[in-house]
Amino acid sequence: MTTHTLSVLVENKPGVLARVAGLFSRRAFNIHSLAVGQTEHPEISRITVVVDVDELPLEQVTKQLNKLVHVLKIVELERDKSVQRDLILVKVRADARQRADILQIVDLFRAHVVDVATDSLVIEAVGAPEKLGALLAALQPHDVREIVQSGTVAIGRGARSITERAFERVSA
Amino acid sequence: MGQVRAPKPSALMSPAPASTRTSATPAAAQHAGSTMTGAEAVVRSLEAAGATDVFGLPGGTILPTYDPLMDSKVLRHILVRHEQGAGHAAEGYAHATGRPGVCIATSGPGATNLVTPIADANMDSIPLVAITGQVGASMIGTDAFQEADIVGITQPITKHNVLVTDPNEIPKAIAEAFYIATHGRPGPVLVDIAKSAQQQSMTFNWPERIELPGFNAGARPHAKTVQEAARLLATARRPVLYVGGGVIRAGASDGLRKLTDLSGAAVVTTLMARGALPDSHPQHLGMPGMHGTVSAVAALQKADLVVALGARFDDRVTGKLESFAPHATIVHADIDPAEIGKNRAVDVPIVGDLKDVFAALVPALEVEHERHGRPDLEAWWAQLDDWRETYGLGYTPTDDGHSSPQHVIQRLGEIAGPDTIFTAGVGQHQMWASQFIRYQRPNTWINSGGLGTMGFAVPAAMGAKVGEPDRTVWAIDGDGCFQMTNQELVTCAINEIPIKVAIINNSSLGMVRQWQTLFYDSRYSNTDLHTGHGTRRIPDFVKLAEAMGCAGLRCETDGDVDATIKRAMEIDDQPVVVDFTVSRDAMVWPMVAAGTSNDEIQYARGIAPEWDRSEEEA
Repeated sequence: MTTHTLSVLVENKPGVLARVAGLFSRRAFNIHSLAVGQTEHPEISRITVVVDVDELPLEQVTKQLNKLVHVLKIVELERDKSVQRDLILVKVRADARQRADILQIVDLFRAHVVDVATDSLVIEAVGAPEKLGALLAALQPHDVREIVQSGTVAIGRGARSITERAFERVSA
Repeated sequence: MGQVRAPKPSALMSPAPASTRTSATPAAAQHAGSTMTGAEAVVRSLEAAGATDVFGLPGGTILPTYDPLMDSKVLRHILVRHEQGAGHAAEGYAHATGRPGVCIATSGPGATNLVTPIADANMDSIPLVAITGQVGASMIGTDAFQEADIVGITQPITKHNVLVTDPNEIPKAIAEAFYIATHGRPGPVLVDIAKSAQQQSMTFNWPERIELPGFNAGARPHAKTVQEAARLLATARRPVLYVGGGVIRAGASDGLRKLTDLSGAAVVTTLMARGALPDSHPQHLGMPGMHGTVSAVAALQKADLVVALGARFDDRVTGKLESFAPHATIVHADIDPAEIGKNRAVDVPIVGDLKDVFAALVPALEVEHERHGRPDLEAWWAQLDDWRETYGLGYTPTDDGHSSPQHVIQRLGEIAGPDTIFTAGVGQHQMWASQFIRYQRPNTWINSGGLGTMGFAVPAAMGAKVGEPDRTVWAIDGDGCFQMTNQELVTCAINEIPIKVAIINNSSLGMVRQWQTLFYDSRYSNTDLHTGHGTRRIPDFVKLAEAMGCAGLRCETDGDVDATIKRAMEIDDQPVVVDFTVSRDAMVWPMVAAGTSNDEIQYARGIAPEWDRSEEEA
């Protein structure tokens, strides 16, 4: 089993996310993370799905996804040829004694503090999943109260746009 | 960035997003720009899409549509007794005619009663358009009376579905539904229309073009892979054409015939493909799979080349997948790229409509023959003929003195003749009907293959008879199946749809009973139906038939079979039900037990073919 990141361009229609997600569960594929949002074209939404799956079943799921009427295009983004980012928000108990330690970790990981209270901090960090894992490990000794994590979003490196041709099809 | 990683074989298909001019029917043109209710738009849209017969049952949320439906000069609406019957009738209609079947139901239970036929159509690639009423737009999501999220419920079992709340979108939604159902690999599409949208006023505009940027209606077969397939066919020593239901859906029987004659290959037709090639064709070995002929199963197991045509390597055909056709190079042609490589790795993939595939493959094979000469298949055919002769289809009558179901079905096929359409339910009777009737043309064998829906036969026969009124339609049914959907005989009697039903009455859920005999130590848990010999006959099928306005006949001995069938054939002013009471101990053979290898096929109980002898000769 390996992790694959798929960008699925879909028409921005009701129920399309449910269709895509449903297909994964129906064919017994494990979704690692899923993020969805509009693209530069309001008619097109982009779903980034990270799945744990072998090569052959991945081909099958891609073909099945292609059969969904509102799915325009599916692209696998390879790790070394794309930028892949998650966003994480972490609430940590931080009184005066611990605060300096925690701020040093925040600094080291180029994260930000986005909320401060007398006894807590909210840390925002953006990065590849491995980096965020390391941040969480560094914060482990402290009293982590709450974590929320976005799904991975990913974009290919270089000038090429994957939405361009899909948009041509929609606006034809 | 990774290259656009479309599925591998799709590198071979040019994605052609659907953007097709619709046929502007006179009906559509006549109403263009008219103001009308959404309900009237539903009726006008169905007319514009070319529908002439619809099966349905009204209820609260579809009531607005039923009002203008009453005045339609084009649409014949057949009022069923249960929505499941409407769905299966629409399937039978589509199966028999090749045109999309249409069914209509109300929201909630009406819609959920369509779930089984929709799932059935999805498995067997039947073009079906289901129209359902939905509660008013403002009530959606409130658990309103008769509300069910039918779009959510049917999402995994439709090719596409849509909820319409804006009346102006009704024509487009219905036009797209017909387009999607019938293009590419056919399948069911559901259009759920809010009652409020049916009641509101709208401006009717039938879309001139279908714009579905994400829909792939199909690809032209790639010349390179076609050529490679031709080369393999010209050079293989033990070739088999493994023909699936796709050949029938594509209307490609003529092409199959040409390829068969030209290639000299052995041909097997799956349960969904019976009739794609005449059973009388000398290269036809019959049905492969769990209850296939020994020669068809053996041919696949020993083949050096299997050319799968509109087939999907279903587990009932392959048996244990790892040991299926172990020596064969696989060519797989299908309109659906997702089928290619799904179950069995493929050496030569061909994506395309089978009509186009045959049109390309036949001349390509002619070229290869010129290059290599015709292949010498003499040894292969000597082997195949030996299997055919030694292990031909047959049966041993049971010793309980009762009629043999195989005899009844065989005689039915012979007396009714090859122009008759046969439908079946699911179980032993279905297998015998597939085995012992000689099919000579496509669309004469209509059954539920993928989903295995008991109760399919009677409503499917009704739909087939509506679509093909000049043909005799026989439903071959089991006593179990018949009790699930026989109420549609009322519909048939009232609407003058004179189908004929042969109940192969073995007083039990026969196929389940067979498995209990074989695998559960003959412990017959809940399979006795009390309808046959020596029982209280509840229900009495003859009386039941008569109560539903049909002629009811009974036949209890082999000696009476011919006369009873002939009598039933003479009645054509009302539906006929014949209760053939038969032995309950008859079993379906040959058989490959579920999950085992096709190599372990049993010709009859405890009797396996002698492969070793055959192999030595080969």
